[in-house]
Amino acid sequence: MTYRHDPYDPKQASLLAPEALEDAVAKAGEAFAAAGSPKALFELKPEHLGDRAPVSLARREIGSLPPAAKADAGKRVNEARAAIQSAYDERQKELEAMEAERVLREEHVDVTLPWDRRPRGARHPLTTLMERIGDLFVGMGYEIAEGPELELEWANFDALNIAPDHPARGLMDTFWAGEGLVLRTHTSPVQARTMLSRKPPIYIVVPGRVYRTDELDATHSPVFHQVEGLVVDRGITMAHLKGTLDHFARAMFGPNARTRWRPHYFPFTEPSAEFDVWFEAHRDGPQWVEWGGCGMVNPNVLRACGIDPNEYSGFAFGMGIERTLMFRNGLSDMREMIEGDVRFTRAFGMEVH
Amino acid sequence: MKVGVSWLREFVELPASVTAQEIDKRLTNLGIEVEHVIDQRESVKGELVVGRVLTIEELKEFKKPIRFVTLDIGRSEPQEVICGASNFSEGDLVVVILPGGVLPGGFEVGSRKTYGRMSHGMICSARELGLSDDHAGIIVLPSTVDAKPGEDARPVVGLDDIGLALEITPDRGYQMSVRGLARELAHAYRVPFNDPAFGPRTEATAKPAWPLTIDDTKGCDRFAARLVRGIDPNAPTPDFMKRRLTTAGIRTLGLAIDITNYVMLELGQPMHAFDADRIKGAVVVRRAQEKEKLTTLDGVVRVLSPEDMVICDETGPISLAAVMGGQTSEVVDGTTNVLFEAAHWDPAMVGRTARRHKLFSEAAKRWERGVDRELCLVAVERAVSLLVEYGGGTPGEEVLDLNYPPEPVMISMAGDQPTKLIGVEYSVDRVADLLTEIGCDVAQYEDRVDVIPPSWRPDLREGADLVEEVVRLDGFEAVPSVLPIAPPGNGLTPGQRRRRNIGRTLAEQGYVEVLTYPFVSREAMETLGDTRHAVRLTNPISEEEPFMRTSLLPGLVTALRRNLGRGQRDVALYELGLVFLPGDDMLAPPVMGVDGRPSDAQWRVANEAVPHQPLHVAVILTGEFERSGWWGPGRQASWADAVEAARAVLDKHEIAQTVREPFHPGRCASFTVDGVEVGLAGELHPAVCAALDIPPGTCAMELDLDRVPLPGLTPPPTLSNYPPALIDVALVLDRGIPAQVVQHTLIEGAGQLLESIKLFDVYEGIGGGKRSLAYSLTFRAPDRTLKVEEAIAARDAAVALVSERLGGTLRGA
Repeated sequence: MTYRHDPYDPKQASLLAPEALEDAVAKAGEAFAAAGSPKALFELKPEHLGDRAPVSLARREIGSLPPAAKADAGKRVNEARAAIQSAYDERQKELEAMEAERVLREEHVDVTLPWDRRPRGARHPLTTLMERIGDLFVGMGYEIAEGPELELEWANFDALNIAPDHPARGLMDTFWAGEGLVLRTHTSPVQARTMLSRKPPIYIVVPGRVYRTDELDATHSPVFHQVEGLVVDRGITMAHLKGTLDHFARAMFGPNARTRWRPHYFPFTEPSAEFDVWFEAHRDGPQWVEWGGCGMVNPNVLRACGIDPNEYSGFAFGMGIERTLMFRNGLSDMREMIEGDVRFTRAFGMEVH
Repeated sequence: MKVGVSWLREFVELPASVTAQEIDKRLTNLGIEVEHVIDQRESVKGELVVGRVLTIEELKEFKKPIRFVTLDIGRSEPQEVICGASNFSEGDLVVVILPGGVLPGGFEVGSRKTYGRMSHGMICSARELGLSDDHAGIIVLPSTVDAKPGEDARPVVGLDDIGLALEITPDRGYQMSVRGLARELAHAYRVPFNDPAFGPRTEATAKPAWPLTIDDTKGCDRFAARLVRGIDPNAPTPDFMKRRLTTAGIRTLGLAIDITNYVMLELGQPMHAFDADRIKGAVVVRRAQEKEKLTTLDGVVRVLSPEDMVICDETGPISLAAVMGGQTSEVVDGTTNVLFEAAHWDPAMVGRTARRHKLFSEAAKRWERGVDRELCLVAVERAVSLLVEYGGGTPGEEVLDLNYPPEPVMISMAGDQPTKLIGVEYSVDRVADLLTEIGCDVAQYEDRVDVIPPSWRPDLREGADLVEEVVRLDGFEAVPSVLPIAPPGNGLTPGQRRRRNIGRTLAEQGYVEVLTYPFVSREAMETLGDTRHAVRLTNPISEEEPFMRTSLLPGLVTALRRNLGRGQRDVALYELGLVFLPGDDMLAPPVMGVDGRPSDAQWRVANEAVPHQPLHVAVILTGEFERSGWWGPGRQASWADAVEAARAVLDKHEIAQTVREPFHPGRCASFTVDGVEVGLAGELHPAVCAALDIPPGTCAMELDLDRVPLPGLTPPPTLSNYPPALIDVALVLDRGIPAQVVQHTLIEGAGQLLESIKLFDVYEGIGGGKRSLAYSLTFRAPDRTLKVEEAIAARDAAVALVSERLGGTLRGA
């Protein structure tokens, strides 16, 4: 069945009247605007754009018009239909946007809720401080040397110009582990080991654990850490030692840090000095703080390790890691570093700042 | 060494204006550690005056004796004071602090009512004034004191001085004396020094002061002695001497002995006073005989060693040389004839003797550090003159001075050695001047100096020692700051990089690093399963924990317990550190000298004597490893976390089920790399947890990193961009077959086309001792799109191998 063969129906033809078409457009617009959701809108579609919609029925009436009127009527119907379609599309877009917005609004969460389902661990600040010092010197061309903690008495003492009867042995309260073996009282035996295993030039730093028979209190521990540096090369002077320590001080304690020395005695260096560092960020205000010991490698040490003191000279320095961490970061009790309380270590995270 | 500046002033012309602060700084700059400086003039504030006791009224109504005292303090009215001491009488001169004064320690003295009377001030004891620890009573000034009531009491009691407490380094024995310190102050202030050891010398007489021979001139190379006869046995030690000895921390024991100590403090020469009437016959200085005995002054019977030196008379040893005298010859209350002795002993011998007999006397401290061998006779003469002056008596005509001088030391040093070692330009003139200033005999040449060190500086042995003196006196401020240029280095070693990576990896996984003590008790060692061998310390901090750890677990357990005790419930810890593993038959290391490097063979043998100390990593964990929270329940730490910690640390490895202490027999994995077992992980045995008082189900992991080879070059991964074919298989197998074996078999059977494999389900509910393992297999070819049939063929090959080797079947098949 084609529309063309439909009998003429004046009522139907009346649908083509301009007023009727305008009315259809207006009604569709009102209905679409009233639709509250894409689904509701979709349900209105047949009524206004479907086969039985006024504009569709109007189109059918065109066939019944005299040929002269057909073109005009066709144009009007098309315009009306396009207007309704466009109103539909527009409303659809609007409603979809509103819907998307609603969904997003409903998906809102509180992003401040915690999510520490598996909290990060932490590295001990003594470890990371030693790494930091190591990195500084590695950047200068030094290497990091290591040695055993249970050490030959010879390497811990004799080779370092501390003969069996030397009073300095009494100053370093030593753990003995049978004949000829000690828990190293300082990292210095690694100096001897290094000099025995390689030829100058030697530029090393030695971070590590050391032992003295001190009872644990706020400032002492039988187990603690040191870092020391050793340089053996031609033409090394105390000025080089000073330059190295000043640089070290600046890297650890800020650009205005520097060292101040006073003569001291260590069996393995001659001349020897203790040094203070100027630390501006100290929690009690800028001040000089005792930091470590240093000196020019004693010729007896060089000789015991097979290095000719007439050809080479060297310097060595050392300091306590716990002490450095304590005054640098304002800690007051050494025991906190030893007890392994996770609250202490967590405060330092993955790197000591 | 504790000494007042007033004593030092006797030998150094210090300006009158020196302050405590300035002395502190100058001594510090010369390498003398100043423990503290006390300006005693400042220590008591307000009026401290001499008072004469006028009347004493005993107040008897109190629990202890209390006195109401009136004092003449030079004012019109007597001063009324309450006093709790009773060691004084009417007419005595005492020291009074008046209202408004402040004692050391900040105690303010006022007028106050006490014991029912008004007390206007306080009569002081030596301790209250900070003079000594004497609190037996108040200070009663001797009648000989020239002081009038109302005068400032400070000079009378010695509160007009600056007190120094100094730490002397072990190389500088000469500084353990007024003489040596005065010399240093002379350097510090650039003022003249008057050496008390430098003056008219007595010579040894042909006839000795006592018949004496030295048997062992290595142990004793000089011995001087002289008699003083007929002293007044009741003569008291003069006040100034008592005060100075007290300041130095030495008890007064009677005039003759006090003089020996006084001379030791003044000159640095330890000496001894014998009662001449108690020495029997000729004296011999020799080594002790094995098991020989001597009762020393402190009443202890000493069993001697053949290394000890002794002074003997006909009865045997009468003095333990250089360390302590014997009872039989000591000066006693009635002694009238005194023999003073000053000798020069071998410092090493004295050190050993002091340590052997645990007698670290003031004398031993000086001997260890070195004593000027030229002092012997000077000291004897000083002691003789002091005893004659304060104790009467007549010096003996005869002077003994046996002297076996060593070869003189001469150090020849290149003139530019100080410049070369310090980096400061010192002219040869300057070097010679500075060395002369410290007492060296210097012959100066154009390019070198020949130096004979003074007798009090046995520490000066070679050029470096002289350089130290040059820079010490010239000052460190002159040393410039020059950064040396190191040759290019190699960065961190692979082992060092790995250690850091492991630390970071475990921390990222949630573990917190601890650094525990390596001292372990026998119980902990036995509980944690390794009692084979351990290093035992000779002198542990605690007898409870004498062993060095062979595992990191005991320390981790201690740290875990501490955290639990402090209220933590979810704890995961890790440690990286050395353990100590002695071998079966460890020999003592060989004795090696220091004149040159040990031979390679010696060094190798020595290192074989050092127990193996591998680097271990370990974790311990308990409570929730994944926390519960608003999101829902958490997950308890389990054996799987411990195993995963090991997997995270290791590169390529094999894992196997094992039964090993201290782990749960069904929940322990062993890790193997290249066929070598490197460690264990799992849940700790319930009995172990109970014994260690840690929560049941605590898990742990420990690996020996020294057994894990360092990784080589990483081979390149092959990445194909052709589409993958994904096939799942579920296999039913005996429960006893480890998942890892199944997976390896699937990989082997699937061949090259298998890109990855993932176990996505384990179903235990099948029964009959079986379980189902479901895997997702991803196949991909590097060069083409894989056909479905190819992927299925590879899957079938994989399943076939599992079926053949492990008896597995496809689930549902």
